[in-house]
Amino acid sequence: MEKFTKFTSRIAPLPIDNVDTDQIIPARFLKTISKVGLGDQLFCDWRYDEQGNPKPEFILNKPEGKAAQILLAGDNFGCGSSREHAPWALTQYGFRAVISTSFADIFRGNAVKNSVVPVEVPRDAQERLFKAVAENPEVTVTVDLAQQKLILPDGSAVEFPIDEFSKHCLLEGVDELGYILQQEDAIAAYEAKRPLTINALA
Amino acid sequence: MSKANGAARPRTIIEKVWDNHVVADREGAPTLIYIDLHLVHEVTSPQAFSGLRERGLKVRRPELTVATTDHSIPTHDRSLPILDRIAAAQIDQLEKNCRDFGIKLFGPHSENQGIVHIIGPEQGFTQPGMTVVCGDSHTATHGAFGALAFGIGTSQVEHVLATQCLLQRKSQTYEVRVEGDLKNGVGAKDIILNLISRIGIGGGTGCVFEYCGSTIRSLSMEERMTICNMSIEAGARAGLVAPDEKTYEYLKGRPYAPKGAEWEKALSLWRQLPTDDGATFDKSITIDASSLEPMITFGTNPGMGISITAPVPDPATLSDPLERDSLAKALRYMDLPSGKPLLGHPVNVVFIGSCTNSRISDLRAAAGILKGRKVSPGVRVMVVPGSHIVKEQAQAEGLDRIFKDAGAEWREAGCSMCIAMNGDQLQPGEYSVSTSNRNFEGRQGKGGRTFLASPLTAAATAVTGVVTDVRTLL
Repeated sequence: MEKFTKFTSRIAPLPIDNVDTDQIIPARFLKTISKVGLGDQLFCDWRYDEQGNPKPEFILNKPEGKAAQILLAGDNFGCGSSREHAPWALTQYGFRAVISTSFADIFRGNAVKNSVVPVEVPRDAQERLFKAVAENPEVTVTVDLAQQKLILPDGSAVEFPIDEFSKHCLLEGVDELGYILQQEDAIAAYEAKRPLTINALA
Repeated sequence: MSKANGAARPRTIIEKVWDNHVVADREGAPTLIYIDLHLVHEVTSPQAFSGLRERGLKVRRPELTVATTDHSIPTHDRSLPILDRIAAAQIDQLEKNCRDFGIKLFGPHSENQGIVHIIGPEQGFTQPGMTVVCGDSHTATHGAFGALAFGIGTSQVEHVLATQCLLQRKSQTYEVRVEGDLKNGVGAKDIILNLISRIGIGGGTGCVFEYCGSTIRSLSMEERMTICNMSIEAGARAGLVAPDEKTYEYLKGRPYAPKGAEWEKALSLWRQLPTDDGATFDKSITIDASSLEPMITFGTNPGMGISITAPVPDPATLSDPLERDSLAKALRYMDLPSGKPLLGHPVNVVFIGSCTNSRISDLRAAAGILKGRKVSPGVRVMVVPGSHIVKEQAQAEGLDRIFKDAGAEWREAGCSMCIAMNGDQLQPGEYSVSTSNRNFEGRQGKGGRTFLASPLTAAATAVTGVVTDVRTLL
């Protein structure tokens, strides 16, 4: 995993609450056995019409949306299906952060494992951002993960929460599996004292 | 264990199961917990197995890992080849992965094949007090047995394959108490749709539900599974019911359940699981079951649910602009007016199936309505059993004849039109009444419009061709 660095970008506003992972990447694209090639299908059914032509009114088809590395969404982003294809599609499209007032648990966990930072902000900051980007689509914000700060267009900073471990993994490019594998002793000790519950191979 | 504050402190079942599975609790990292049962399917696992190959890792505990094909598998005659080459390749890949890594697979032609959340309990893999994971958000289903069961992403599928462990933060506990007697025509699906409509689809975020109270105790294991299944639709990763005699009776004698002395030993451990008197929850809600009516959803998320006789809400009554716009957007997609009940609204398709409602009791309920009646002309009715074993059972009881005589399709086991990635899908603009769990835009096929409801409501709607209050047919 690459190290996550501080960055500044324009914002793609998606003022919809409860954006579910079926919208982020529809299930029919989940037949792939690969992680790659999903960026083109991000928000497919909102982004393209029946003939597969881009819908001009959808944010990712507007110049300001195309230039953004940050998605600004309504509440409870990423609810529904556990598909990790959602952050794969986001990151392959070019998004590095999503700003919302809350995130669904499974999406949040999947996102940080794929270098997509869930930036959870209070409602008033979200509203200010929607307003700012509506007035001027070229405004930018800065995501400073190390400081856990989102720098708004007016220069003010909003703190956002992230658990210490995810932050460390993102900043240092640490892979979680590598960390778990290092705990082999603890795992073996646990297994030694715990009887076998089932044996699917029996 | 390491975080338990002495044995005296009363604990919820959620905390007990958690404490029993703590492997390590290091500073600056989430808790490492052990996973007792890992269920695998074709859609969310291929990239995890690729990861193992890239790192040269093995599956640590294949005996705790079970795979099946359910999501992308067609539900037509299994002797026919799979026409969708991409789906066929995905199923082939799972077969190869299971061969290469020594994992038990209930493949397309297995007599035990079925939806992953149907076969776990059916085979006796799912047991009280376990931690159960699967790359599928409806894993909460297994919570009906008093297991801590939750959906994970593909990276975590790889973690569990490689280490049998996961890094997890402890969730908050949320008591969902349901008390009182259900009215005729009202069941488990209506309880859970009611809960979600009350607390919203983010209401359980960060929490694990414990469903309790006299109504939950009175429900069968299959009904409890329906409720736990949809915990994720309220944002909770898991939801569980403390085990009781019904749980043990259901489990006893199942192929992978403990036998003989092992059974007695397990039973004595399971009996210690229920929440202690005096234990406290972070949150709680009480539902009066006697006040419930059959529920139906009108919008594009499972929280947009109403009693079947109630009017569709009006966005103009919402003060929050984002909420108002979201409801208006949902009604535009559904092409529905507000202020009127859905009763009488024509549908094109009725789908009876999915990990929520495809067990034998669901099929019996639907067959009870369809017996001696006919499907309304022009309505496509699909009945998709949750597993091959459910299918055989239904056939032994003659339910298949009832469905076919009524004019419904009787299909092979799989997820089918719940997720619409196997060819079973709505056409753009079509309406369905569906016993599945999600009514998101396009969930049942691009442009399709879904009303979620119980098997009884679905069967009643199949007969009339319009959204129907089943109580008029009982």
